[in-house]
Amino acid sequence: MNGVHDMGGMEGFGRVIREENEPLFHHDWERRMIGIGVLAGYRVNADEFRHAIERIAPADYLASSYYERWLRAAEGLYAQKGISGSEAELVAVAKVAASRPRRRARARFAVGDRVRARIMNPPGHTRLPRYVRGRRGRVIRDLGENVFPDTNAHHAGENRQHVYTVEFSARELFGVDRNPRDTVRLDLWEDYLERDKSTGEGAVRRKPSKRR
Amino acid sequence: MSDDHDNSDRDPAARVKALEGMLVRAGLVDSAALDAFAETYEQRVGPRNGARMVAKSWVDPAYRKRLLADASAAAAELGFAGPEGRLTAVENTNRVHNLIVCTLCSCYPWSVLGPPPLWYRSFAYRSRAVSDPRGVLRDFGTSLADDIEVRVWDSTAEQRYIVIPERPAGTEHMTEEELAALVTRDSMVGVEILGSRPAQKKSK
Repeated sequence: MNGVHDMGGMEGFGRVIREENEPLFHHDWERRMIGIGVLAGYRVNADEFRHAIERIAPADYLASSYYERWLRAAEGLYAQKGISGSEAELVAVAKVAASRPRRRARARFAVGDRVRARIMNPPGHTRLPRYVRGRRGRVIRDLGENVFPDTNAHHAGENRQHVYTVEFSARELFGVDRNPRDTVRLDLWEDYLERDKSTGEGAVRRKPSKRR
Repeated sequence: MSDDHDNSDRDPAARVKALEGMLVRAGLVDSAALDAFAETYEQRVGPRNGARMVAKSWVDPAYRKRLLADASAAAAELGFAGPEGRLTAVENTNRVHNLIVCTLCSCYPWSVLGPPPLWYRSFAYRSRAVSDPRGVLRDFGTSLADDIEVRVWDSTAEQRYIVIPERPAGTEHMTEEELAALVTRDSMVGVEILGSRPAQKKSK
């Protein structure tokens, strides 16, 4: 979904402010919330929990702090799944861990391949940011297989597939006034990518570096 | 989110307490585990861990090589292991400057840096780090020459990243422990160049 959480490239949020001597927790309740968020959220199904955060209404999302969003997501997730009605149901939901049959997927892409991020907007969860959709890049690393968030978030299967680090030039993503040397790298699932067969100006203006 | 469960007007502290109560009664978390979880980051896991890895990589070329090849294993060598995603270390050089972000949420290498600071979770950072990294660096008082590549890593999957900053000049006489004390959290995310601030502040 094209939610407000997908912030890469947005403008108007101002300067980045660094708090001197920042405490680990700004409120006592945050101290509890990180445990709840990780143990009952991220470790149960990180994709589902992230998607619960994404479903917070945009105005509320922007008006809440990071851990307030965790709180809202956890409330929404467990309430939606019936925590207010039946605790047994809640237990069942939480036990739906990632336990689907595994399949070995052969990698479709190899390091050095030119690829294009697909233009897509699935109605649910996705980890393909808007700012790279349709843009051309180059595979610089194969990270191996991982659970596919777009299906896993909705308990629609693990759909394990290769994840690749893909390098895009800053100019390909954000225009010609960007520094020609600058690059952005994202880790993208195979289903987010297609082969780039276009000729002419490539997305990446030089060979990928040897180190990764 | 569903209207019938919108408790957002209530105090977060009360809501967390209510949520914790429900989850504990359901046997999904226990309060002791929540305490232990927070204590882990209050006492054992934070930027000092990453700093030790960086300092070791400055004095021990073989360790640096292992760190660059497999940062999760190199972290485990020093006793730092986390359940979060795999870790990759990326090195700053005189030609490349690395910057870590997560535009979609705020993924961060908790296992070696602890929970992320406010600025890392801010909308300003998440939005601009990819499109205007040099401007973001200027917000931190860090300016980079045009001929240095700024390489931004958007943590969109389960891979987590840590930056190995360059060792500051004039530190040749220092021990590994002294060096570790120089390494700031912000330098390991890539918004600070060590030795470039007049009054270097140690991060916690």
